[in-house]
Amino acid sequence: MSLNFVPSLDVRGLAYAYPDGHQALFGVDLTVERGERVALLGPNGAGKTTLVLHLNGILTGGAGTVTVAGLPVAKAHLAEIRRRVGIVFQDPDDQLFMPTVREDVAFGPAAAGLRGPELEAVVRKALARVGMEEYADRPPHHLSFGQRRRVAVATVLAMEPEILVLDEPSSNLDPASRRELADILRSLDVTVLMVTHDLPYALELCGRAVVLSDGVIAADGPTGALLADEDLMRRHRLELPFGFDPTRKPATR
Amino acid sequence: MGAGHAHRLYRHGHSPVHRMPPHCKLAAVLGFVVVVVSTPREAVWAFAAYAVLLGAVATAARVPPGFLLRRLVIEVPFVAFAFLMPFVVPGEQTRLLGVSVSVPGLWGAWNVLAKGTLGVAASVLLAATTDLRALLLGLQRLRLPPLLVQIASFMIRYGDVITDEMRRMSIARRSRGFEARGVRHWGVLAKTAGALFIRSYERGERVHLAMVSRGYAGSMPLIEEAPASRAQWSSAAALPLTALAICLLGWTL
Amino acid sequence: MHVPDGFIDAPVSAAAGLAAAGAVAASLRGARRELDDRTAPLAGLVAAFIFAVQMLNFPVAAGTSGHLLGGALAAILVGPWTGVLCIAVVLLMQGVLFADGGLTALGVNITVMGVVTVLVAYGLFRGLVKVLPRSRRSVTVASFVASLVSVPAAAAAFTALYAIGGTTDVPVTKVLTAMVGVHVLIGLGEAVITTATVGAVVAVRPDLVYGARGLSAPLKLRVGGKLVDAVPVPAPAVPAARSTRTVWIAGLATALVLAGFVSFYASASPDGLEKVAADQGIDRRAQEHAAADSPFADYGVSGLTDARLSGGLAGTLGVGATVVAGTAVFWAVRRRREDARTRQDAATRADGRTQENV
Repeated sequence: MSLNFVPSLDVRGLAYAYPDGHQALFGVDLTVERGERVALLGPNGAGKTTLVLHLNGILTGGAGTVTVAGLPVAKAHLAEIRRRVGIVFQDPDDQLFMPTVREDVAFGPAAAGLRGPELEAVVRKALARVGMEEYADRPPHHLSFGQRRRVAVATVLAMEPEILVLDEPSSNLDPASRRELADILRSLDVTVLMVTHDLPYALELCGRAVVLSDGVIAADGPTGALLADEDLMRRHRLELPFGFDPTRKPATR
Repeated sequence: MGAGHAHRLYRHGHSPVHRMPPHCKLAAVLGFVVVVVSTPREAVWAFAAYAVLLGAVATAARVPPGFLLRRLVIEVPFVAFAFLMPFVVPGEQTRLLGVSVSVPGLWGAWNVLAKGTLGVAASVLLAATTDLRALLLGLQRLRLPPLLVQIASFMIRYGDVITDEMRRMSIARRSRGFEARGVRHWGVLAKTAGALFIRSYERGERVHLAMVSRGYAGSMPLIEEAPASRAQWSSAAALPLTALAICLLGWTL
Repeated sequence: MHVPDGFIDAPVSAAAGLAAAGAVAASLRGARRELDDRTAPLAGLVAAFIFAVQMLNFPVAAGTSGHLLGGALAAILVGPWTGVLCIAVVLLMQGVLFADGGLTALGVNITVMGVVTVLVAYGLFRGLVKVLPRSRRSVTVASFVASLVSVPAAAAAFTALYAIGGTTDVPVTKVLTAMVGVHVLIGLGEAVITTATVGAVVAVRPDLVYGARGLSAPLKLRVGGKLVDAVPVPAPAVPAARSTRTVWIAGLATALVLAGFVSFYASASPDGLEKVAADQGIDRRAQEHAAADSPFADYGVSGLTDARLSGGLAGTLGVGATVVAGTAVFWAVRRRREDARTRQDAATRADGRTQENV
């Protein structure tokens, strides 16, 4: 039971400058409790991608700490961290690099040492969670974009991550695929951190939102309240789609 | 290039040849071609026998002769070269259809044509009965360096993605009224190629990131392991062994 | 230019296969050292790029068009190790998937189109970039010369293999002049396209051009609000640099003399050019021409045939020499780079110390 009190993700004072000297993060503090769905909002160049790449230790070496379910992100247990933090990248073609859907979903668990029927069961379960069981033997590039995005989510789910990090999950999706993906994300019982520019999507899926701006967390609160704060939105170059009123539409949870 | 499960030469089917393990097929074809190349050119009957052997395999694989013959077109430049040989090779002259030709040249032409044609036919049969994924697995099981197989499978996986990008760039060029007509337009095309390289390289970096995020540490987890049975090996060996017998006869007779 | 089965005899094919395998193995190790676990995705994507770019048609004149071979381009863009790997993988896949190039000739194809092209192109490119002043224009000149020479060099390498293990006694010198002559023309096209492509990449992402590393602007330090040049790193290595420079100049001179010699031959024998044009599928008429009044018949007398010693022994010897030479080149290049790296490391460390003192 005590494990439930440890947050899924705990970022403390994270600062980072790229080797070329450009500093992207200036002290990020962020805690995501287990089971929460949090939207990470912010204008282009705010440091969102840099933050995401810190969560599984691809970028390290700055100041501050990142802890995933009590385990600090450090060289010593990078493999375990990468199993716990599942990142779904923006372009599913980058994520799906194996010749078939099945092998792609199996890649992570197999790298962690799973073999045989156990592996097969994990793959089947992950594909079932995104409704893509029938496509196991298809090559990824024969799927539609929405299907590829779903398989990309499955490749990460197969690793049973502590936290699912999605980079622009709704980009390039048609409205139907966008809704299907929302249904899938809602049905999952994992912690979700969703980087997005799609504010209605954030409102629909995430009860809480944080705004990352100029390398720090500029706001943190209920998504509906943040989106309704016109001044805050304008200051951080966030804009709601035309005709969308966050106060009128109840957030479906 | 039709990457993925189907490529241009692949013909879907369920013949015994299709079902044979890919590494057996690869080894058999390689063995066959080596034997063919080692056969003395004077043993004309041996080449006829090889052709009959390939015909038998094609029948078993249900590959229509028309398909095989069409693919032999790839040889055309070398056929032209072969046709020149009787005229340019020094040596004893003879008269053929009223033209003076050299005897060693004729033999040379025959040698290149017969062996080249048999080689292409054997390769076409292999490609027609083995899908891409299986070919890669076959190469891997034949102990090709794993890194090389990985590179090949990435090339196959992203061949279509990159060709698609190239096509989109060409459409974008033409939409803006550009049509490459001659040498003076090479600059624009080269810019396309340059941009394509940058995109490919950057995608490579993103793919690497996605792999590392799922626990890649330099070697691919071996997911499928399907060793061939003794029976499968011996049926695959039938082709090169028969050919070898013919070849030995060719040397002794 | 994909050689089919039966063109080169079995022993030489096997030896070329061994040479190719050796080169690929060395490249795997070299690429791995440079790219670490990024090797597979990066080399794979670059191979896919080479494959795609070979399909990009460059119109020459009404109806005809050419395309890039890509060896020199790969060498300049991603370096010799990854370059050899990419071309080898492209050739392997073309052989297995499209029956393009014989399976027994795979070694010959990789040796000629992969190893020779990439090594010649990269060697020349690096040499020229070192000798010429540090500028973008030098990169252009170096790309042009490197890709121009790499194509006839590959043709010459093929002719050499053919001379040792060809299945027919075609007069070797004639084939050489003709092959090289035709390929100088092809090389011109290759050079124009490669240069323009490299130029396009250098203009946008110079850091991605392997061969042009070290051409980037010197780093600046902010000291007391003013920008000052950082201490240039390779400066302490002056004596060593001079000695490698001589090596490069010598190599370059040799290559240029060879190229000049070869092109002299090529221009001296336009008939030969026509002859191998047919091999390239460029000049169909040559065939009818030959059949009509057999102008090639008298070639038989003048052709040099004694260059060919007896069969397999010569093949093994010749290719053995190639392997030794190739290994030596690989070894030398690697040694040089490792030296450079240790020097650079030392220099960086030294710099770090001086900076702390400041």
